[in-house]
Amino acid sequence: MGEQERQPTTNHRKIALALSVIPGLGQFYNKQWLKGAGFFILIASFFIAFSDLLQFGFWGLITLGTDPAYDHSIVLLVEGILTLIITILGAASYGFNLRDAFKVGKQRDFNETPNSIRAQYQNLVGGGFPYLMMTPGFLLLVFVVIFPILFVILLSFTNYDLYHSPPASLVDWIGIQNFIDIFQIPIWRETFFSVLAWTIIWTFGATTLQIALGIFLAVLMNQKGIILQKTIRTIFILPWAVPAFVSILVFAGMFNETFGTINRDILAVFGLGDIPWLTNPTYTKIALILIQTWLGFPFIFAMVTGVLQSIPNELYEAADVDGASIFQKFRGITLPLVLYATAPILITQYTFNFNNFNVIFLFNGGGPAVPDQNAGGTDILISWIYSLTMTSAQYGKAAAITMILSLIVISVALWQFRRTKSFQEEDMM
Amino acid sequence: MRNKNRIIQLTFSYAVILAMIVIILYPILWIVGSSFNPGNSLSGSSIIPKDATLEHYKELFDPEQSDYLIWYWNTIKICILTMVFSVALVCMTAYSFSRFRFVGRKNGLMTFLILQMIPNFAALIAIYALANLTGLLDTHLALILVYTGGAIPMNTYLMKGYLDTIPKELDESARMDGAGNLRIFWQIVMPLAKPMIAVISLFTFITPFTDFILARILLRTEEKFTLAVGLYELIADQFGNEFTLFAAGSVLIALPISLLFLSLQKYFVSGLTAGGTKG
Repeated sequence: MGEQERQPTTNHRKIALALSVIPGLGQFYNKQWLKGAGFFILIASFFIAFSDLLQFGFWGLITLGTDPAYDHSIVLLVEGILTLIITILGAASYGFNLRDAFKVGKQRDFNETPNSIRAQYQNLVGGGFPYLMMTPGFLLLVFVVIFPILFVILLSFTNYDLYHSPPASLVDWIGIQNFIDIFQIPIWRETFFSVLAWTIIWTFGATTLQIALGIFLAVLMNQKGIILQKTIRTIFILPWAVPAFVSILVFAGMFNETFGTINRDILAVFGLGDIPWLTNPTYTKIALILIQTWLGFPFIFAMVTGVLQSIPNELYEAADVDGASIFQKFRGITLPLVLYATAPILITQYTFNFNNFNVIFLFNGGGPAVPDQNAGGTDILISWIYSLTMTSAQYGKAAAITMILSLIVISVALWQFRRTKSFQEEDMM
Repeated sequence: MRNKNRIIQLTFSYAVILAMIVIILYPILWIVGSSFNPGNSLSGSSIIPKDATLEHYKELFDPEQSDYLIWYWNTIKICILTMVFSVALVCMTAYSFSRFRFVGRKNGLMTFLILQMIPNFAALIAIYALANLTGLLDTHLALILVYTGGAIPMNTYLMKGYLDTIPKELDESARMDGAGNLRIFWQIVMPLAKPMIAVISLFTFITPFTDFILARILLRTEEKFTLAVGLYELIADQFGNEFTLFAAGSVLIALPISLLFLSLQKYFVSGLTAGGTKG
């Protein structure tokens, strides 16, 4: 019964909503002249300013140009994405207009006075404040992060490469042909799987080694009775403190086969003076994993040191009473606690190395070259994408591989975040 | 028996520590030694040069002989601007996410979460093509924009996580006293968030400093290079022939950054740890 009584007799909300099909009219109906005029001007100017772009943009996005003399496919693609973004923004403000008319109409139906101009202003500043604060960051994000992502997604469905490259010729939509090619044309398939295999070995090998070394050294340094603890810890942090690109280039010099110190000074002592570090893929891979271990263990070391200092001593004392050995204490107390506290960060270490372009490229350019594939012997996915883009102009294929790579990274990351506690917290989302 | 075990354990520990110190310090000493070696190449050199020279350092500091100082200036400029823009944008965005419940908040956070997982250089083809089309190729502005945009998702998460721990009662009581949103942001919340602002400043300064790939894609002329690209070119052009010069250049980069890093190391650890657990 109560519901029935509260049902209003007027129908302002529906009328206002219907009138708002023409932006602003619903607000006029609600006697909010200023707001109505605002909406009308905003959306009208939107259509006037962008009408050409809207028409032309979608045409370009669909056809990617018809005449290579006049149409530049990539420009058309970019304009097409721009049109798409503008359309979404326009649709959003149109939807906002509808929603606003309905809301104010509803207030009138329930005999509440619609807000005065002053109250509207207050409302706008209050309710709009978070949007206002986010706009600059959001716009930048749209143009330098989201825009490129859309571009890559679309590019992976085109045949953009050296031979289909404006201004000489047009780029065409080819559906999922790039993905089919990668898995069907023998040279692409073999390269893809050999690069993927090495990427996985690299990710697990290098990351696991650096984590193991980091934990081991942290536990070692946490023993009582080690002198100069602070100094030694600082030395252990040093590889992290030096910018990685400097260290990697220095290592490239050290492993150099003609003047490098590794062959000339160190291994020569053992009579092994001529290991082909940079020309044999297997040796390059070994060198890369060792270098990444050197670069990566200090962070784990520093982090685990922090965790170890927070483990209560009583646990170890209780274990001592039970007569546990060092290894039993490590396996039963230290390792589980450390892994529990640091698991999410350890996983980000894996995703980081999966995309660790710097060490691969700066050490040996992804090389040495190997026969029968179009990637270097130590190229991982990201550095292969780089060389496909920058040296062999295989843009479409590179974009398709980027999609595959992103898919892998996102699924690993989502799996990780679903497991972290904060993801499930109500306040988080 | 217990004592004997203890001695074995300590001996083993010291052996490992000593080995690690050698492994860590050897590359550093080697490059410092190389930088003082006379001549251009390393043939016949030793880790402690017999007739040490400062000529390579002098060459780097001589604008007529090398672009090194320009690269240094470019890098510092890009890093500082990126840091300032990023911190401003991140604080504003994170404050909105932390303090307001608005339409689109949930989707916005989800978008940020996904965006921070993909490194922004994965879209390097797009960044290159876009910069080419807009005429921003070979400009520092392009780099600063890309670095700043790339820094927003992850650092906003960090900052939001920290702001969530600042009690909202503080805002409420300030609002009672008649403070507006902007005033609360600027005079109440931001001063309390100083530790996290320090962490984000560090991250957004050091990321452009150590980035190679984006600078390599976007910068074309030698006078525009950053240190990472310049140093790489120095060694890649004629590998080995300019190695001593490269060594001097490396030392001059590694020294100040390492000192900065070691003095602020606890911020790095706390920031990265928070980033990992808070997501």
